[in-house]
Amino acid sequence: MFKKLAVSTITAALLASSPALAAGEKGEITDYAFSFEGPFGTYDRNQLQRGLQVYTEVCSSCHGLNLVAFRTLSAENGPALPEDQVRAFAEMFEIWDPELRDWRVAATPDHFPESQFEGAPDLSLMAKSRVGFSGPYGLGINQLMNGMGGAEYIASFTNGFTGEEKFEAGSMFYYNKASASWVSMAPVLYEDGIEYADGTPATASQQSQDVAAFLMWAAEPKMVERKQAGFVGVIFLSVLAALLYLTNKQLWAPIKRAAKED
Amino acid sequence: MSGIPHDHYEPTSNAEKWIDKRLPIVGLLYDTIKIPTPKNLNWMWIWGIVLMTCLVLQIVTGIVLVMHYTPDADLAFASVEHIMRNVNGGHMLRYLHQNGAMLFFAAVYIHIFRGLYYGSYKSPREVTWILGMFIYLAMMATAFMGYVLPWGQMSFWGATVITGLFGAIPGIGEMLQTWLLGGPAVGNATLTRFFSLHYLLPFVILGLSILHIWAFHTTGNNNPTGVDVRRTSKEEAAKDTLPFWPYFVIKDLFALAVIFALFWALVGFMPQFLGHPDNYIEANPLVTPSHIVPEWYFLPFYAILRAFTSDVWVVIAVNWLSFGIIDAAFFGVLAMFGSIFVMALVPWLDRSSVRSGRYRPMFKWWFWLFVVNFFVLMWAGAMPAEGIYAMISLIGTTYWFAYFLVILPILGVIEKPLPQPATIEEDFKASLKKKSGGNGPSPEPVPAE
Repeated sequence: MFKKLAVSTITAALLASSPALAAGEKGEITDYAFSFEGPFGTYDRNQLQRGLQVYTEVCSSCHGLNLVAFRTLSAENGPALPEDQVRAFAEMFEIWDPELRDWRVAATPDHFPESQFEGAPDLSLMAKSRVGFSGPYGLGINQLMNGMGGAEYIASFTNGFTGEEKFEAGSMFYYNKASASWVSMAPVLYEDGIEYADGTPATASQQSQDVAAFLMWAAEPKMVERKQAGFVGVIFLSVLAALLYLTNKQLWAPIKRAAKED
Repeated sequence: MSGIPHDHYEPTSNAEKWIDKRLPIVGLLYDTIKIPTPKNLNWMWIWGIVLMTCLVLQIVTGIVLVMHYTPDADLAFASVEHIMRNVNGGHMLRYLHQNGAMLFFAAVYIHIFRGLYYGSYKSPREVTWILGMFIYLAMMATAFMGYVLPWGQMSFWGATVITGLFGAIPGIGEMLQTWLLGGPAVGNATLTRFFSLHYLLPFVILGLSILHIWAFHTTGNNNPTGVDVRRTSKEEAAKDTLPFWPYFVIKDLFALAVIFALFWALVGFMPQFLGHPDNYIEANPLVTPSHIVPEWYFLPFYAILRAFTSDVWVVIAVNWLSFGIIDAAFFGVLAMFGSIFVMALVPWLDRSSVRSGRYRPMFKWWFWLFVVNFFVLMWAGAMPAEGIYAMISLIGTTYWFAYFLVILPILGVIEKPLPQPATIEEDFKASLKKKSGGNGPSPEPVPAE
């Protein structure tokens, strides 16, 4: 009974939670391979630094990143920028200081600015508030192994403009096959639209994957620490379980022996 | 305490005697931990410990989270992100608390199914069962209010939908809803009161759990055979039972370690897997999510809530008979609370004289269908309430009520139970022989009635 129940509970939890079923995603999401997938995946700091560059040069002209502090750019498990570069980076931004009641140059403890327009959502948690592929057959098995696919969604979205446009109610709309809808955001990533500091060829696909990886880090900056804690905890609890199994076996042995001999 | 004859605590040293005369707490703890427990308990009897551990885990992580959380509609969302980003170990605390709620519900469902299969609700354990139902209701209230606190889109809209249920009550509904929310809609007043109650209710659950344990320590544990422990003498009782410490504590701790290893893997490697991505978008009263879906553990009841649409004949009939007072929305609310109410009444609805489902050949089928139905409802609850899904929800809901109100009462009359073992000792020995593959003489079966 135990096994049956456990198996059916897990199956049902999988089925019921599978976001494909719940949200009815219809868009085309590409299953990009990211370095942070799987139980041992970590962020690729070069990719995060490139993604930061894409964000800064392209996305930030509309979108904010208001939950992320500049100082975290030096995180060992994140982009790992040297301290002086972080300071120089923060100083490129001007932020509103409610105490001074004036604008001032940002310092490392400050956060990235808010979005420039109301229509442009803040990107701090975008990679966690979207889900990507959930195959095969919408069972969510990919997500079990590779994460929820928020980064896949962002990469597919920034790469997913079909070129169809329409003018409606005074604004332009662009069709995006990743969200399977008309969106007011125009395609922004183009081949060689930026020049990577590390010399990586800046294809549109490269840029979209890099910025997706960066935004995944922005949404889940403690992912590597979390996986480490998970790994240590599972090992510890498994050893504990093994020891308790042996203790239990030995404890019950005389009782069972007596019952069998009877 | 349990009425099963066994050795009680005797203070030996002078210090023990001194304290025992004034506050017999050592004796109480001793008798609780050494309670005679049926030898033949299987692995389905470990969930109580798992649940107690979940409660402690939720309270401990919750208390630390509160130190960093801000219950304010403008600040709550950012303060949760502050916990995730800046608080030492905050991301683990938060994920443990979030996924801990899910483990809590998974365990409570298995625990309830265990009780339903082995007839743990039957006389003399009705009070244990009823207390358990109260614990379950308190858990649902706590989990629902806790889910509102991060102030994401699903928090906000979930709160709107669920408090809307109270608005469906005729006459006083709207007033009641406003009173619950602290205003005309979900807002800061709702958040602060939910926060306050979310902190209070776990301690109510703790109190109820102590009563729950006290109740079954008074009647003694049920066991997989449903056969009572022999109580005529200490010797006979000792053949059927073993003291809880150390035999069952160690067994339970082993199971707990296995379950927590799996739980820890979930928290460490895929903490988002069972959550909803929309809750990482800050609450916005102006934007309604396309699908408002509760957490998975509420889905079966969500399906029951939505099953009764205004075109179902029962709803039409009741609507007509009540002169329009009971509409489809209110009918759904009644059905949802009714589904738990009929479950609470099961000690009196089940007329069979045999406790354990093991010796009930017909009951078994209906029971497993009930379990399958529960998962079907869970699945239907995640689907949009239209077309085929509405039909499936309705069929599932009908079976839920039929199981308690029709099938169990009738089975008690028409079913011919299998022979039960005479004693727990016999069952314990038989299970050992079966495992070791020995062909010893099978225990003499006795008729059930």
